[in-house]
Formats: sequence, C-alpha cells, structure tokens
Amino acid sequence: MKVLLIDDSKTMRNIQKGILTKLGFETLEEACDGLDALGKVSTFNPELLLVDWNMPNMDGLTFVKKYRAQGGTSPIIMVTTEAEKSRVVEAIKAGVNNYVVKPFTPDIMAQRIKETLERCAAA
Amino acid sequence: MDPAYITPFVSSISNVFETMLQLPVNVGAPSIKSDSAPTYDVSGIIGMTGDVEGTVVLSFPTATAERAVTLFTGMEMPAEDDDFADAIGELVNMVSGGAKAQFDGKSVGISTPTVVMGSGHNVFGRKSMTTIEIPCTSDIGEFNVEVSLLLPTATPTAQ
Repeated sequence: MKVLLIDDSKTMRNIQKGILTKLGFETLEEACDGLDALGKVSTFNPELLLVDWNMPNMDGLTFVKKYRAQGGTSPIIMVTTEAEKSRVVEAIKAGVNNYVVKPFTPDIMAQRIKETLERCAAA
Repeated sequence: MDPAYITPFVSSISNVFETMLQLPVNVGAPSIKSDSAPTYDVSGIIGMTGDVEGTVVLSFPTATAERAVTLFTGMEMPAEDDDFADAIGELVNMVSGGAKAQFDGKSVGISTPTVVMGSGHNVFGRKSMTTIEIPCTSDIGEFNVEVSLLLPTATPTAQ
C-alpha cells in the first residue's frame, strides 16, 4: 500500500515512517507541505494519506479540500496538534476520515490506521 | 496572569514528554520571570494568535536539548545537525497545541515554530505581557517553558 506523509517537520515524518514500516507499509512518499503534496498525489497515487494541519505555503486543511475537489478518494488521517472539537469537526467536513492528535503513541497511530482502512474498505 | 491559562501548559508539558520521549517530567511552580533573566541555550518559540495572543518558549541547556532530541527521534543528534532545530520546534509545537486545546471556547491559532540557539540569549514578548516561567526537571536535566499571553476578558472553563 502506498502512503503519502505530509508534514513540514522532518522529525515527525521520520517518526511516522518508523511506525508505518513496523506495520508493514513499504511504499512511502513524503511531502513537506500541502503544495508539495498536491504536486505529488497525481504521480504517486497514494492509497492512504497522513496530513499535518499547520504547515507553511499550504496548510493541511486547504490541501484536503483541494485533494477532494479534484476527485481524490483515498482515506486521509489528519495528524496534528489541533485538538479542539471544532477543529476536528472542520477537518471531517473537509473530507478527513480519521484524526490523530499529537502527541501520539505508536499504538494509537497503528490503531487509527487500521480502523480507517477497515472503515473505508467497508464503505 | 490567570492560572486557567497556565495550568494547560503544565499538563501539556507532561503529556508531550511522557508520550513522545517516555520521559517523566517534574513540573515546578510557575512564577513571574524577570525581564533581564536569560533563557537557556536552545529555545523553541511559537506565536499564538486569535482570542489569546502571545508567545510560548520551550528552552533547554544544550546538553539537555541534545538528550531530549535523542529520545524524541531515536537517534543521537548534536545541536549542529540540520534536523536538530526541527525536532525542538516540533516539541514546542506539541506543547503549545496541547495547551491551547484546553482554552475552552477560545479560537487560537499557532504559528510555525522558530528555534534560536546560543548561550545567554533573551526572548522578549510584548512589553504589555507578563512572562510566566514554568520550571521543569527530568532525568535528562532541567529546562523551562515561558508563557507570555495577552488574555481575553473571560476565563476559560476547566475541561
């Protein structure tokens, strides 16, 4: 399965890569902001996207709206420090399928990925 | 400063360091910081905008920062490494994000982090803001969080 990691922090991308690799995901691509990600989705064709919210150039919420507007249907998990309920609702309305609040444990991340993929496969 | 805006930082500091670094932190009593007192050697800085405005600084002595980054990233990383500042920035991002989520009913945005390195530096907020210093101790050394906020008139409800 191809996974696109979108976060302006290389540290967070590396942490997420480590978790995904342990879970058996091998085809990983990285983007450093929403704009970078928009340029990569058409060629990489991700089957799962992990997206940070606060990023320079284009934030994660704007990216999600643009990705959905151009027909992107792959599941998206927002991975962010934005933990307020209003933010979570805003993200879900924009097309996010699940939500992980930083800080997170590897177990929480693994659980969210599993439930997201199961839920989207059943839909 | 209203304690209802400082308590969220106390809980957020513990949560971030225990979750991402598996490092228990003893968070001391917050106090007003004098203008002339320098921060430590490595400071991650985040701005807050919206219903609550201000600055959050997470500051470490260099050796403590290097140990923290090692625990965070799982690899030895000297302060000179290109990715060192990124890791410090992400820590202050998580501490600030976790705290603002507890400002119930307030709409607050946070900036992308800035990291300053160099011994004896000062980080100044607006003159009208009081800076609260939250001292922390841990097995990797001491560090602190400095919070300078311009508050709304109403107090957030405890969650």
